[in-house]
Amino acid sequence: MPAVENLTQTHPGLAGFDEADHALRRVNAPQRFWTGFGTTARDVWRYRELLGNLARKELKVKYKDSVLGFVWSLLLPLVQLGVYWLVMGRFLGAGRTVPSYGVFIFCGLAVWTLFSEILSTSTTSIVYNAGLIKKVYFPRELFPLAATGAALVNFLFQLVILVIATTVAGVGTGHWPDPAMIAMPVLAMVVIVLFGTAAGLLLASANVYLRDTQHLIGIVIMLWFWLTPIIYYVGRVRDVLPRWLYDLYLLNPMATVVFAFQKFFWPQGKGTPYEFTGDVYFRLVMLIAVSSALLWFAQRVFARSQGNFAQEL
Amino acid sequence: MASDTVIRVVDVSKRFVIRKDNSLKERLVNPGRSRRHREEFWALDHVSIDVQAGHTLGLIGHNGSGKSTLLKLIGGILTPTTGYVERRGRLAALLELGAGFHPDLTGRENVYLNASILGLTRKQTDKYFDSIVDFAAIDPFIDTQVKFYSSGMYIRLAFAVAVHVDPEVLLVDEVLAVGDEPFQRKCLDKIKQFQHDGRTIVLVTHSLEQVRQMCDRVVLLEAGKVVIDGEPSDAVRHFREANSELDHVEQASNRHDLIIERVRVTDGSGVPKSILDSGCALSISYDVVAELPVDDWAAGVAITDGSGMLMYGTNTVLQRVDLEPIHGTRTVRFDFDEFPLSEGQYFVTVAVHPYAGVDYHRIERAASFQLRSGSTDPGVVHLTPKIDIS
Repeated sequence: MPAVENLTQTHPGLAGFDEADHALRRVNAPQRFWTGFGTTARDVWRYRELLGNLARKELKVKYKDSVLGFVWSLLLPLVQLGVYWLVMGRFLGAGRTVPSYGVFIFCGLAVWTLFSEILSTSTTSIVYNAGLIKKVYFPRELFPLAATGAALVNFLFQLVILVIATTVAGVGTGHWPDPAMIAMPVLAMVVIVLFGTAAGLLLASANVYLRDTQHLIGIVIMLWFWLTPIIYYVGRVRDVLPRWLYDLYLLNPMATVVFAFQKFFWPQGKGTPYEFTGDVYFRLVMLIAVSSALLWFAQRVFARSQGNFAQEL
Repeated sequence: MASDTVIRVVDVSKRFVIRKDNSLKERLVNPGRSRRHREEFWALDHVSIDVQAGHTLGLIGHNGSGKSTLLKLIGGILTPTTGYVERRGRLAALLELGAGFHPDLTGRENVYLNASILGLTRKQTDKYFDSIVDFAAIDPFIDTQVKFYSSGMYIRLAFAVAVHVDPEVLLVDEVLAVGDEPFQRKCLDKIKQFQHDGRTIVLVTHSLEQVRQMCDRVVLLEAGKVVIDGEPSDAVRHFREANSELDHVEQASNRHDLIIERVRVTDGSGVPKSILDSGCALSISYDVVAELPVDDWAAGVAITDGSGMLMYGTNTVLQRVDLEPIHGTRTVRFDFDEFPLSEGQYFVTVAVHPYAGVDYHRIERAASFQLRSGSTDPGVVHLTPKIDIS
């Protein structure tokens, strides 16, 4: 039996809860459309520890009882890298012209794996956690956020591989990353997280009402992959597409993210016709602004629909 | 006093829409049919309740009366269609024990995850971890995956986490109905301790005895409406009256040698009554009809409570009453000089049978009666002790 004082003393933590203890508060108070985002953000911050635990759970459960564990999340992109390097680089001959072709494609593959994982795991996050949602209350945003968090941890491992690849290529070619460019991948990460979370929130709530979403998203991710200059270089697209279609093509946020990673981790491409010549910084800043607005909007939509999650599941 | 109100439910209604198709194709292909396939029903209908600090509120009602929906609305899991809910203080909802448990994680991992779901920080969980494991009594298995636990271990661990959350408001939905008897006692002790500490508890249960023992206020829901909001004994009595229609179950028997007719309950002076006072005299009688002479027969009676638990039973064999052979109609009467059962609804089961073998005729719940005592003492027996302090 636990000591009695354990149960009778009040907990010192949970600061956010204690200040509210003295006033009656509306449960699920309808939020104002414009200011509701701030309220939810505070709520999520209050539950940050649970967020961490949920993300940890996602990771632990995914590879529980498998011998290789985390290695599996590395294996898929590594095999993809090998296949694309062999087929595109050798058989189709891209590798003969593009310098350090392996590093070139892995820049794109790493960020793409992160992005697609955020999208696909967020989409199913609410439905797969139906048991919790029907029984316990906490901000439902935590589920897609935890999915994003787990994907980010997986990405760290790929980043290690990317750094190793860049180092090996640096030794081989004498081209080393320019430290002044470090802001490029950092800003690109901000874009992925903002944009991915926004899309994840929208998809997660859509999937509650329409289970087709989780099947549709697989196809969309595949199409999107080929619309992003990951295994081919953007110069070819510019040559083939009419000008207006090319501009439209470049609006793909993942294209800019890939360019940003290539600028830093693939210095061998500098000055060659295979690198993107536009203003990547400008595009990144614009994308951050647009993605932030989208995240705000997505959260508002999510908040509107979440009241009915428990009964729809 | 308004300042003491911990939970305020204001004119809350909840509508559920039942849709039978849920894929994009079905909605696009058959938009008209989809509209027709929507069914609406109101799980709650303009419910208003205030709960004061330190009170224990029981919610009772039939299945589908809206009890659990109301609890989920208070817990914030569902949002009301109209009206609103206000609440104060930290809340823990035991809507389902171990709701946050993941079968692939170990007991230890699940304790931390579940504790943070219920609102404990990691540091607090560290502090309580030993006493949680201690309470659940699963020390050797704490690093085993939960999917290998027996259901008892699973529930014990879940409850141990839940009671360490230290909430000011506790919502409990039927979770006390699981586990073996010592564990149930442990749960009840813990809940009583919560009451003693002045916490507010809202409890959904089907056990009317539990309600009478633990709650100081009861809300009876029927089809989403509050029928009674008041003293536990009033609400429980009302609920029992609503349930008292008799569902005779006659034992199918191919032996129609003896037939029971006209089962009746009377007071001591032979006046038929359906409501009597606890402890007063009571008689149960019935007619036995034999079209042909029967030598070997015995008559019995049993009293059960609303949940079917046997309160008392006897028959002429146990009472060592020798019966003459029967032919024609006889009346069997069981006279009780005093009938000291506590307040409640009771049912009479009657049977005639040979000394050994299959019953001739048996009617379950052949009659019912209510006892009123005016006493709020818990328990099944109506006793009137004198208390002397010397």
